[in-house]
Amino acid sequence: MQREINKTTNILFAGIGGQGIILASEITCDVLFESGYDVKKSEVHGMSQRGGSVNSDIRFGAKVYSPLIPDGQTDILVAFHPTELERNRPFLKSGGKIISITHDDADAVSNPKVSNIFLMGKLSCHIPVRRENWENVIKNKVPKAYVEQNLAAFAAGISQEQKINNK
Amino acid sequence: MTEQSSRQKVFLSGNEAVARGAYEAGVAVGTAYPGTPSSEISPALAMYPGVNVEWSVNEKVALEVACGACFCGARTLVAMKHVGVNVASDPLLTLSLIGVRGGLVLISADDPGMHSSQNEQDNRIYARFAKIPMLEPSDSQESKDFTKLAFTLSEQFDTPVMVRMTTRVCHAKTIVEIEEPEKIEREYSFEKDTQKFVMIPAYARKRHVIVEARLKKLENFSEDTTLNRIEQGADNSLGIICSGIVYQYVKEMFPSASVLKLGFSYPLCKNKIRSFCQSHKEVYVIEELEPLLYNDIKAMGLNVKGKTDKLVTGELTPNRVREIITGESSDIVPSAPGRPPVMCAGCIHRGAFVTLKKLKMIVTGDIGCYTLGTLPPLSALDTCVCMGASIGAMLGMTKVLSKEQRNKVVAVIGDSTFFHSGITGLIDVVYNKGAGTVMILDNRTTAMTGQQDHPGTGMTIMSEPTESILPEKIAEAVGVKMIKVIDPYDIPAIEDALRESMNTDEVSLIVLRRVCVLKDKTVKRLVAQVEPSLCVQCKQCLTIGCPAISSDMPPKIDMHLCNGCGLCVHVCKVGAITCKER
Repeated sequence: MQREINKTTNILFAGIGGQGIILASEITCDVLFESGYDVKKSEVHGMSQRGGSVNSDIRFGAKVYSPLIPDGQTDILVAFHPTELERNRPFLKSGGKIISITHDDADAVSNPKVSNIFLMGKLSCHIPVRRENWENVIKNKVPKAYVEQNLAAFAAGISQEQKINNK
Repeated sequence: MTEQSSRQKVFLSGNEAVARGAYEAGVAVGTAYPGTPSSEISPALAMYPGVNVEWSVNEKVALEVACGACFCGARTLVAMKHVGVNVASDPLLTLSLIGVRGGLVLISADDPGMHSSQNEQDNRIYARFAKIPMLEPSDSQESKDFTKLAFTLSEQFDTPVMVRMTTRVCHAKTIVEIEEPEKIEREYSFEKDTQKFVMIPAYARKRHVIVEARLKKLENFSEDTTLNRIEQGADNSLGIICSGIVYQYVKEMFPSASVLKLGFSYPLCKNKIRSFCQSHKEVYVIEELEPLLYNDIKAMGLNVKGKTDKLVTGELTPNRVREIITGESSDIVPSAPGRPPVMCAGCIHRGAFVTLKKLKMIVTGDIGCYTLGTLPPLSALDTCVCMGASIGAMLGMTKVLSKEQRNKVVAVIGDSTFFHSGITGLIDVVYNKGAGTVMILDNRTTAMTGQQDHPGTGMTIMSEPTESILPEKIAEAVGVKMIKVIDPYDIPAIEDALRESMNTDEVSLIVLRRVCVLKDKTVKRLVAQVEPSLCVQCKQCLTIGCPAISSDMPPKIDMHLCNGCGLCVHVCKVGAITCKER
């Protein structure tokens, strides 16, 4: 994806409560923050554990004002659930990118509990940040016992995305 | 968040930044009752050393505790959601007359758009009502800086100060440059001054005069402070007056317009506003909810434009800000409605609601997770007004309904809500010889706002063990005679207790007690399974609204979601569902 200098990039995470969306958005923002970008994120708490729709808006660039993505300006839609993908598709900019778990990914996502990190692996292929920055943040954010499992899911996400992009 | 050296940058939510600002200001006491979108402030404050933080039983008590600490010279932070300020408004309006000793800052977390609230009242009105200054941060940096400054202003002008947050400031995360905390070397003591601290009419009349003079001084401050600043645009064709989060939307959508940003939004900087309006060809006032600034500026005789009546409801967004100025309606509508939040699989409230619906009870509801029982298929709540209203509404109904209907009225209230403001209602019922049933859904936590402790949990926010207060003991003490404590997974027992209380003319209390499934993750839980060969596809199991049960036929139960409560086993008439060990 072409990215103008000084332009804000908008990423929309969409899924349902309990899918690890908030953790994934925390990880993404930490990575961007530590890479020197201005970052803002917005989401609504309170109902997130109750199975309702959960969105997280992430915006980064040289200087970001609104924490909410202006309607129709989403560059990358990361969909954690198929119905939420369809629901949020109208918010995508024309030519915007969709990151989701597709048929081709079925074998690569062995454990549904880390599918959020698998998606982060796919997302990382479209963000100008070094892979080790992602891995360091993941190591800090997930419980110790699950670090290996999450890093494996992250790596699987990257190789799946590279496979698709090389097709 | 770890301890940082000076001038370090961190990534904080608005709520975390408020706590940081209070810490940097040397705050000694923090009080709050949890409520979205304010709930994360106190837990963040409790992480800092040297601050005495409490979950108060309700917002009125939170402000009263803060009064006491502030009267002894301590800087004190009080945090609550917008409707909480209604509860605290009684002490607030008189505290305005009294003023402070140590700085007192009240955080009002408003919820335009009602993401998680029963109304979207605009608490900017409270600053005008109480005649106290208001600050409105637009991001986390300002949330920290403004909170810190608010303590200084509170002491400088001898007034409580209100900082108004909104959901999009509370729950947005942005980069914050933090500083070392101020060294506050104070001996806290109470120095008597009855003319200041005792608001009998004779003294209050004198204080009111002082408050009016204070407002004049605050108006002068409002003119001088850089919190109210003009950002000159490309030319003088378009000027926009705004405060809070709206500033960010304006900068996003109209980067070349001039902006008068009101960080100190009450009292108004009238001279600054007048010169801004006079130097720009076209000036818009853009604000969420009520047209307060617009009306005030219009009353100054200035020609400004505002929003349409349609946008008095709901929150603003970048696109709605553009719509106000260009008239271009550009809200994008999702291609399908969002999933509503539902009660969790295994929620201890579900069985009660299934039973209340079965017995066709009239249910006065309250504020908490159980409010989610309103929507189909449970459709179990008939009223919901405010914290604690279930019990008063029950009494009112029993005063006018026929005897047959009267005994079908049940007030449903959570444990934290009962402590917050249900107890006084219950006393009123007993005192006034009311009938009906009070059902306390006791899940041993303040579940909806994120598992905070309360007077029943035996733990403080500072992680200290404390007394665990039982609602049934309170009920017994105030004179309720029929009291039952039941496991909410025991559906026949709930039904028996309800039938029994329907047959009596005095008030009875049923406590349904079991720890919230989200809070207690250590319990080994059963899992329900459908035996397809026995299923007659009657869809009875779908009437309980459990997210673990799919609507395929025969239904399937998601073993990852199921918490083995057994309610589906109970409602299945042909025994096709059983609970097994995992």
